[in-house]
Amino acid sequence: MTVQGESAEQQWVDDHAGPVVRPYAVTRGRARPVTGTFDLISLVTATRADVSAEIGLGPEHVAIVGLCQRIQSVAEIAAHLDLPVGTIRVLLGDLVARNLVQVREPRTSAGLPDNSVFEAVINGLRAL
Amino acid sequence: MDYGPSERPAGATPLPTAIKILVAGGFGVGKTTMVGAVSETRPLRTEEVLTESGVGIDDLSGVESKSTTTVAMDFGRITISDDLVLYLFGTPGQDRFWFVWDELALGAIGAVVLADTRRLADCFPSIDYFEGRGTPFVVAVNCFEGAKQYRLDEVQAALNLDSGVPVLLCDARQRESSKEVLITLLEHAMKTRDARRVAD
Repeated sequence: MTVQGESAEQQWVDDHAGPVVRPYAVTRGRARPVTGTFDLISLVTATRADVSAEIGLGPEHVAIVGLCQRIQSVAEIAAHLDLPVGTIRVLLGDLVARNLVQVREPRTSAGLPDNSVFEAVINGLRAL
Repeated sequence: MDYGPSERPAGATPLPTAIKILVAGGFGVGKTTMVGAVSETRPLRTEEVLTESGVGIDDLSGVESKSTTTVAMDFGRITISDDLVLYLFGTPGQDRFWFVWDELALGAIGAVVLADTRRLADCFPSIDYFEGRGTPFVVAVNCFEGAKQYRLDEVQAALNLDSGVPVLLCDARQRESSKEVLITLLEHAMKTRDARRVAD
């Protein structure tokens, strides 16, 4: 990330700023996403192959879209980009608002899944 | 410069269903080891805001060989099929990370409580938590070298568990052993759910 031509404030926010400052800088101070809740295991996939020409996206947005060419959970995105989950949620909200990613939320309120899911997982584990 | 339409047709790639199982237990009991033993990649780590503040605070007595602190969530992925992905989350092993547990437990289909017989009391909070929440769980006694071996009924009695809660021995380093623990949990969760349906 280049700091030339950017505000003095942003010049302090580089890789050396440390993990406390950086997440908020990446989201430009926002703590909550503009849309969506994003469970840790919500699955995300990109709707486009390349978004680098989109105006207004940061390098982290572009990195998420790159990563989500293959389906990833929110937790995996956070781990691969080495950013806190809260930061990833904000960035994903931006991408959802622009229709650049598709998200599937897990079932969290409907109780336990039916037997076919359990049996599929048991058989899948046995086959590992 | 022109850009052609690059949007993929809507609905062309139906996303799979994700489910999760938690691996809980005291600090240093082998949660991340078990996650790594069955996952398709090395365990990944997500962090909330806290990072290394726990160093120097954790009580390491009895687990001398663990030198770093686990303050974040380690997790792994097992792709069951094209439409089903299982995630295993190791829960943060310290009391001051309880705020993360509710988020983790939401929607979890079950939990493995790992126990170390040298520090059995360390798994009490996990057991209390899942009992209180109604999350199906099994207790897996991780067999550490040099630890005294107890019979499963002794462990069950010491933990004051309902007789229906499966207790089994495991070696969290071994894939087959960890798989067996997960399968036992899934079978138990199915039974628990069926019993609740009958009760309703």
